[in-house]
Amino acid sequence: MEPKTSIKPQLGEAPMPTDQTLQTPSTTLDSVVIRFCGDSGDGMQLTGGQFTDTSALFGNDFATFPDFPAEIRAPKGTTFGVSGFQVQFSSKTIYTPGDRVNAMVAMNPAGFKVNIQDVEPGGIVIVNEDEFTKGNLAKCGYIDGYNPLEDDDIAHKYNLVKVPMSRMTKESLADSEMGAKDINKCRNMFALGIVYWLYERPIENTKEYLTKKFAEKKGLPEVAKINIRALEAGYYFGETAEVFPSRYRVPPAKQEPGIFRQISGNEATVLGLVTACQKANKPIVYASYPITPASNVLQGLAHLKRFGIKTIQSEDEIAAVCTAIGASFAGDIGVTGTSGPGLALKGEALGLALMLELPLVVVNVQRAGPATGLPTKTEQADLLQAMFGRHCESPLIVLAPRSPSDCFHMAIEAVRLATKYMTPVIYLSDGYIANGAEPWKVPDISSIPNIEITHPTEKDIGDDGFKPYLRDPETLARLWAIPGTPGLEHRIGSLEKEAETGNVSYDADNHDMMVRLRAEKIERVAQSIPLLEVDGPSSGDILVLGWGGTYGSITTAIQEIRDQGRDISSAHLQYLNPFPSNTEEILRSFKKIVIPEINLGQLSMLVRSKYLIDTIGINIVKGQPFKVETLVQRITEVLGS
Amino acid sequence: MSVTTTNTTNLPIYTAEDFTTDQDVRWCPGCGDYAALSAVRKALPNIGKKKEDFVFVSGIGCAARFPYYVDTYGMHSIHGRALAIATGVKCANPDLQVCVVSGDGDLLSIGGNHTIHTMRRNVDITIILLNNKIYGLTKGQYSPTSETGKISPTSPAGSIDYPINPIAIAVATGCTFIARSLDVDMKGMDTIFNRAMAHKGTSFVEVYQDCNIFNHKAWFYASQKDTRPENTIDLQHGKPLIFGAEKDKGILFNCGHPKVVTIGKDGISEADLLVHDETDRFLANMYAQMAHPEFPEPMGVLYADPTKPTYNDLLHEQLNQAKAQTGQPDLQALVTGNESWQVE
Repeated sequence: MEPKTSIKPQLGEAPMPTDQTLQTPSTTLDSVVIRFCGDSGDGMQLTGGQFTDTSALFGNDFATFPDFPAEIRAPKGTTFGVSGFQVQFSSKTIYTPGDRVNAMVAMNPAGFKVNIQDVEPGGIVIVNEDEFTKGNLAKCGYIDGYNPLEDDDIAHKYNLVKVPMSRMTKESLADSEMGAKDINKCRNMFALGIVYWLYERPIENTKEYLTKKFAEKKGLPEVAKINIRALEAGYYFGETAEVFPSRYRVPPAKQEPGIFRQISGNEATVLGLVTACQKANKPIVYASYPITPASNVLQGLAHLKRFGIKTIQSEDEIAAVCTAIGASFAGDIGVTGTSGPGLALKGEALGLALMLELPLVVVNVQRAGPATGLPTKTEQADLLQAMFGRHCESPLIVLAPRSPSDCFHMAIEAVRLATKYMTPVIYLSDGYIANGAEPWKVPDISSIPNIEITHPTEKDIGDDGFKPYLRDPETLARLWAIPGTPGLEHRIGSLEKEAETGNVSYDADNHDMMVRLRAEKIERVAQSIPLLEVDGPSSGDILVLGWGGTYGSITTAIQEIRDQGRDISSAHLQYLNPFPSNTEEILRSFKKIVIPEINLGQLSMLVRSKYLIDTIGINIVKGQPFKVETLVQRITEVLGS
Repeated sequence: MSVTTTNTTNLPIYTAEDFTTDQDVRWCPGCGDYAALSAVRKALPNIGKKKEDFVFVSGIGCAARFPYYVDTYGMHSIHGRALAIATGVKCANPDLQVCVVSGDGDLLSIGGNHTIHTMRRNVDITIILLNNKIYGLTKGQYSPTSETGKISPTSPAGSIDYPINPIAIAVATGCTFIARSLDVDMKGMDTIFNRAMAHKGTSFVEVYQDCNIFNHKAWFYASQKDTRPENTIDLQHGKPLIFGAEKDKGILFNCGHPKVVTIGKDGISEADLLVHDETDRFLANMYAQMAHPEFPEPMGVLYADPTKPTYNDLLHEQLNQAKAQTGQPDLQALVTGNESWQVE
């Protein structure tokens, strides 16, 4: 199957016909942050996704931040049912969906109320004024008689654009034979039409999407038709209503040549696992219990059976990890996926996997907690759980992808290291990069090296029989003998083993040796991972050290600080256990180590205890990614004047 | 239901000795587990599989030491999780003959959820439950199958738990092979283990096993020479339900309930008795509720349905279908996606 690629439209080639007599002046901007918000039933994720797709095809760099409630359909019109989608699109390289919103589209008063404080002063606020009724205002807790749309302070602070979207959508579809409910659902497309006009985006891509989604896939051509008409009506409204003094133009970003696609972290994790499966020439058994925000990894893989991916929806978290362990025992690659609460449940079985010394990958898409916490929000607070959340001395490999697209590479790394070292690997993604999307230059799959795996055969039986715990002298990985191999029948188990034979051993010295050996094996992984890289001078006053999904925010903050003419260095860890072998050397080259993380200082604790190097933490735990301006301010405080 | 014969031509001729490891068996002398181990070793040569194609998985508990003593591939895992692990083994390689041996605590308490769901999915695994109605390895606490009122270290005033009914669980989950035996019945175990391992789908065998240290005589009402004929009933497919030392008692169906009757009394003859049909799910439900002392407890194959497709077969069928539909899958196309764009 040939990849379907489209050539990005050149500037000024927007296919939408424009009435030249109504030319609105255009302002060129580097970057724009838009947030779509409304009720969770208002289709905001779809609307934001469409705007992103179109911007991607247009050639902008972008980063998205879908932010939705845990409730599927919270009571309509309430603040806790508000769903939002933020996208930053730019003519420059960007790493985050942005801090301050330049333009917001609010489909109802609850969306307005929850999101308005994130809009920059002077920012554009487009509201569906039809929804600002007395009843709806009361539902989201505005005091009786108050309507923010009539508030002078609001009108002064923002560029407020009141559009009767419900009524205009209805009117534009007056001759349609569709019911009021279907027509009402087209309001988001009307809003999207306005925004497309405002930012000079072509609407063709969304028209194609609507046709495909409703007419072709669902067999509802009428629904496709009214959505397209609402989209067009919105676009023409922008053009004719003269409510916007200017249109805005964000030129395409300079990207290196190649084929690009949009990718979210969970999508990249899925693709990385499939690629690893193909490169290892081994089936993957992915056993998982649905949990936000990891469920769509299971869903994604379930569609890829043709690549040899076996997905099993287990009865619980413990079953999922155990089924993956069983699969690895039998010679497939066992992978399980979960979020923090599920990782806690899998703890005992991880101890088993590292005792058995079998390959296992645990995808943990972190969310805010503890307990059920804020299941749809992000956090980085499972680092210490990944490191130590098991009984006794139980070291394993911990990795953390740093961006949505990096999930692809790190998922392959997880499989490579798990099979090379015969050990469980915990892969710490998070809700932010899992759901957020960015453009990604599609790699040439043939350039990705194979994952070499060997299994012993009858030839490997020594004079005194087969020893399942014989080790590679370099990696200390034991042999991976799989059932079905004649002559290598053996038993492995959770009881302590005698070195080499794997027989049960209660010997005191043997246990001490085995505990050290399992630790040493994980330490040696440092020989197989890349060195830590410093961005900026290799020594100096301050090193900002991050890990995992905060890469985008930290990188942007560092750039801003440099733009202010200050010297600063940063480094970002994707390998948390073991650390890259040059980590200590790098840390000792700086006077101060600043560690921003979305927890109360977990990497700080590791760095301090391992290297006896003090750290300065920037710790904000709000269920949200870092705001760049906060990082800039806090890092600058450390820098001093 | 028959064992695959394709292998048998090349199959070495095994004896029980070939399935015996060099490890010392560490169960207490007189433990019922010895008999079960011996019966399993005896059954394995008849299954029609090569030695290297057997995998024994266990959880934790006395019974869970089983894999160490059978010279095949094996895993002694963690408490309660044997079936979840066995599911992974079978789904990775469906050619393996997978067998889980564990106790009542492991399979019905800490691992109860996996028992239910393995049976529900009909994963092709043989489950041998060595039920001694007590926690042996932790020294004698009451188990989920212990009778109410059981005095134990953790229930000095008598257990206030009601016991679980393993057969009823198996029936409720749709388990496709359900059988029961006694640890003293070598012949019965032999027949049942052979059939259980030959069965395609989840096969569940409850063995009444005597823990002669912490719960000695718990099954004596069913296992002794004088008690067994009166308090158990051997089920034979197509044969009437007859029991008793004199073979003079039977079970008939009366207004939807089983009833114990004496043949030759009140005009009852053998022809009036219920006939065992191991394919009858309704009968299986009834057997699950037949308990001492009201009824003799059914032994043998209570239920067998070899027609239901197994989870592992369905999984691989979907896999093969997906492969057949697409031919050689194109990884580059998948990674590139349908919405990519070219930057010149």
